[in-house]
Amino acid sequence: MAIVSMTVNGKAVTADIDPRTLLVQFLREHLRLTGTHVGCDTSQCGACVVHMNGAAVKACTTLALQADGAAVTTIEGLADGADLHPMQAAFREHHGLQCGYCTPGMIMTAVDMVNRLGGDLSEETIRAELEGNICRCTGYHNIVRAVETGAKAMAGGEPVRQAAE
Amino acid sequence: MTSTGIGAPVRRKEDQRFITGQGRYTDDLARPGQAHAAFVRSPYAHARIKSIDTSAAAAMPGVVAILTGDDLAADKIGGLICGWMIHSKDGTPMKAGPHPALAQGKVRYVGDQVAVVVAETLAQARDAAEAVEVDYEPLPAVVDTAKARGAGAVVHDEAPDNVVYEWHLGEKGATEAAFARAKHVTTLDITNNRLVPNPIETRAAIGEYDAGTGGYTLYTTSQNPHLARLVLSAFIGIAPEHQLRVIAPDVGGGFGSKIFIYAEETVCVWAAKKVGRPVKWTSDRTEAFLADAHGRDHVTRAQMAVDENGKIIGLRVHTVANLGAYLSTFSSSVPTYLYAPLLSGQYDIPAIYAEVDGVYTNTAPVDAYRGAGRPEATYVVERLVEVTARQLGMDPAKFRKKNYIKRFPHQTPVIMNYDIGDYAASLEKAMEIADVKGFGKRKRESAKRGKLRGMGYSSYIEACGIAPSQAVGSLGAGIGLWESAEVRVNPTGSIEVLTGSHSHGQGHETTFAQLVADRLGVPIETVNIVHGDTDKVQFGMGTYGSRSGAVGMSAISKAIDKVIAKGKKVAAYALEASEGDIEFEGGRFKVAGTDRSLAFGEVSLQAYIAHKFTGQDLEPGLKEGAFYDPTNFTFPAGVHICEVEIDPDTGVTRIDRFTAVDDFGVVINPMIVEGQVHGGIAQGVGQALMEGAIYDESGQLVTASYMDYQMPRAGDLPSFQVGMTSTPCPSNPLGIKGCGEAGAIAAPPAVMNAITDALGHEDIAMPATPRAVWHAVRRAAPAIAAE
Repeated sequence: MAIVSMTVNGKAVTADIDPRTLLVQFLREHLRLTGTHVGCDTSQCGACVVHMNGAAVKACTTLALQADGAAVTTIEGLADGADLHPMQAAFREHHGLQCGYCTPGMIMTAVDMVNRLGGDLSEETIRAELEGNICRCTGYHNIVRAVETGAKAMAGGEPVRQAAE
Repeated sequence: MTSTGIGAPVRRKEDQRFITGQGRYTDDLARPGQAHAAFVRSPYAHARIKSIDTSAAAAMPGVVAILTGDDLAADKIGGLICGWMIHSKDGTPMKAGPHPALAQGKVRYVGDQVAVVVAETLAQARDAAEAVEVDYEPLPAVVDTAKARGAGAVVHDEAPDNVVYEWHLGEKGATEAAFARAKHVTTLDITNNRLVPNPIETRAAIGEYDAGTGGYTLYTTSQNPHLARLVLSAFIGIAPEHQLRVIAPDVGGGFGSKIFIYAEETVCVWAAKKVGRPVKWTSDRTEAFLADAHGRDHVTRAQMAVDENGKIIGLRVHTVANLGAYLSTFSSSVPTYLYAPLLSGQYDIPAIYAEVDGVYTNTAPVDAYRGAGRPEATYVVERLVEVTARQLGMDPAKFRKKNYIKRFPHQTPVIMNYDIGDYAASLEKAMEIADVKGFGKRKRESAKRGKLRGMGYSSYIEACGIAPSQAVGSLGAGIGLWESAEVRVNPTGSIEVLTGSHSHGQGHETTFAQLVADRLGVPIETVNIVHGDTDKVQFGMGTYGSRSGAVGMSAISKAIDKVIAKGKKVAAYALEASEGDIEFEGGRFKVAGTDRSLAFGEVSLQAYIAHKFTGQDLEPGLKEGAFYDPTNFTFPAGVHICEVEIDPDTGVTRIDRFTAVDDFGVVINPMIVEGQVHGGIAQGVGQALMEGAIYDESGQLVTASYMDYQMPRAGDLPSFQVGMTSTPCPSNPLGIKGCGEAGAIAAPPAVMNAITDALGHEDIAMPATPRAVWHAVRRAAPAIAAE
């Protein structure tokens, strides 16, 4: 067993774990943060994307021990209390999700994309940047719209328009 | 139209939990005291099990139990079933071998379950599963669909030549006569490639046993929890139906693959009692590739006969359908009754004859995948139509239009009675959106850059709203395909709708609530849709075959009618008026011709306090249920147009534009419907360009991870141009036809017609990977079109 310590969504956590525990297992099973999903086990689908020290990583192929001392943000830590993060709001507004399973990873990747590249993203850039995230439901059409809108909102501080529920 | 009613693009109620990481999928659940299961799976495609030695594994840390097929047999647990009986053309029933949940005596495909290890942790279960020693005697294996008949390998003794059935539909004599007098006959050899559905959430199950009550609970990734309960109870015999609760919580996509009742959930429920603890299993991705039911896998020779006026006069096909190593839950029906009745497409074809041979192979079971039979039929028809037009030198759009069915209802020679449609309207609209007029110019511009440009049409039809119970019963189904609903109005006027449909991405929590809000005039926020739990919801049939709108919502509509009727009675007492004078409008019960009225919530309160009437006059309460059995299939149809540009140097096909115009009848939520179209197109493009489950000759699945099986990513697709036409469906109260499968049905022939148009010949099969296209570019057009 091995001791691991990290900050997850702003809270310090320490645990004694089997050294082969993956970061995604640590988040889901030890911390019960089940919003981060596993889709493929091979770093292809991106359902497991979280932020580690501000950068997107695939938690299904990262050992929890690799995150020792790191600050980790998961989908559960993205919203500011009841206020959705602009990228979350954009996915809802543009119907960028159907079954919802790939969605946390998509949103975490999209936020990372904007953090790296800014808020004015072309469709071509968004599609290329989503290479590591697979969605089987939406055909990506509305995900692209959501990321475009979410990126602008993040950059400009404009709230995403909320239609009627 | 109100902002939340029928036809409004209402944002989804369910999204809040999904975008904040609060969704609850099966693997997110942790039951107190749960143990973890790992399956020992066959590494051979076909082998006799000589012995299983579990002693070393049993001694490993954390191991709770190791169970095998012998334990299942000792407990008299039945095998998995196929619920649709197909008879061969000679009248004999299909030849089905047994399908034990853990192998007994033999394994028949790579991934077949041999044993299960239950341990304290998942890692311990997997470690111990590696240590179970199975002594196999390998046997010859057959994997190739076309070579299955009479192969040296016999998958099941019950089908000595590996042929499960030799089925047919249509009129052979009339069809032969049509071909005899044809001016032109088009012949195509068509392979419909084998696919893996691949919802991003893999299957998972938690079985639980309560020794105090004797009741079982199964949490599982199911599109139809009641059907799972029925099969596990009545056929597999794990628990009496009333002692088994099946819960399908949030489910991360299904596409058909989560309809079926599989070995793993069966074993988890059974093992839970044996070990006295909840038993949890979650498939990893490679297990999903190996053991989820696959889709498609047809080999077909198809012919179309045309007269001297360019009129289609006959169509015949001979299809060999790979059913895999065992008959999965609905597998037998997919290449038969879900396939051949769609071979008339949108066309007036007087004579059709289809022969289908279902064969066993040493591969994973093949069953319904998005569209299920209808994509295969559409691919046959739309490739034939396109190639026939080319061979006749006719414009493919004009050839289609000439042969479209124009009068409704229309009885095809293959069972279906099309109720309504306007195929030319969809074609014209699609041609306009796709700018077909500008294609020639674009093609010349591509040529200047050394690129090949092509355009392809697909005029698809599908049979959805599955299905009239009497009709499917007469065709061999073991079940009826109605749907149920219960509308529970609370004293405060808020509403719970319990539906037998199941949402795994379709957005029922929103669209079903829209219907209720629209009909009862209540705020959508006060309507809650409940599904996926057999202890809460009355028996229902689940979601597949684009049935939840046409059938599931029709059941809700019927229950709403009853709620309104009862509400009028309550209002009559409350308003001291005659029941006949009560009108329900805009969410209020009114006395006609007066200003006296009560809001819906006031009437619901009156119904429960029951102060204004006695229980003898009128029962208290406001809760109504309905079972809705459709009177016909529904027939969504449309035209998709794909335009591709091929780089002849690399073989890469880029989809330049993709246009879809669909007639789904009445649309409840256009935002959600368009989303369904987008997703379906993506899966159809995936089939056409990249997806393919490949077994090597020994039966090893060489495409068993996301690194080997290519699915569309964002950069592989364009944004889609989606339009709608509408002829409301006359056979259900809401006019809905269904939209879930259209894209996956329509897209493959549109893409392949575009690619073959660009290539100038027909000699290429799906998936048209860069390698396949690169070779095809370098081949001259063969004398006879083949693919």
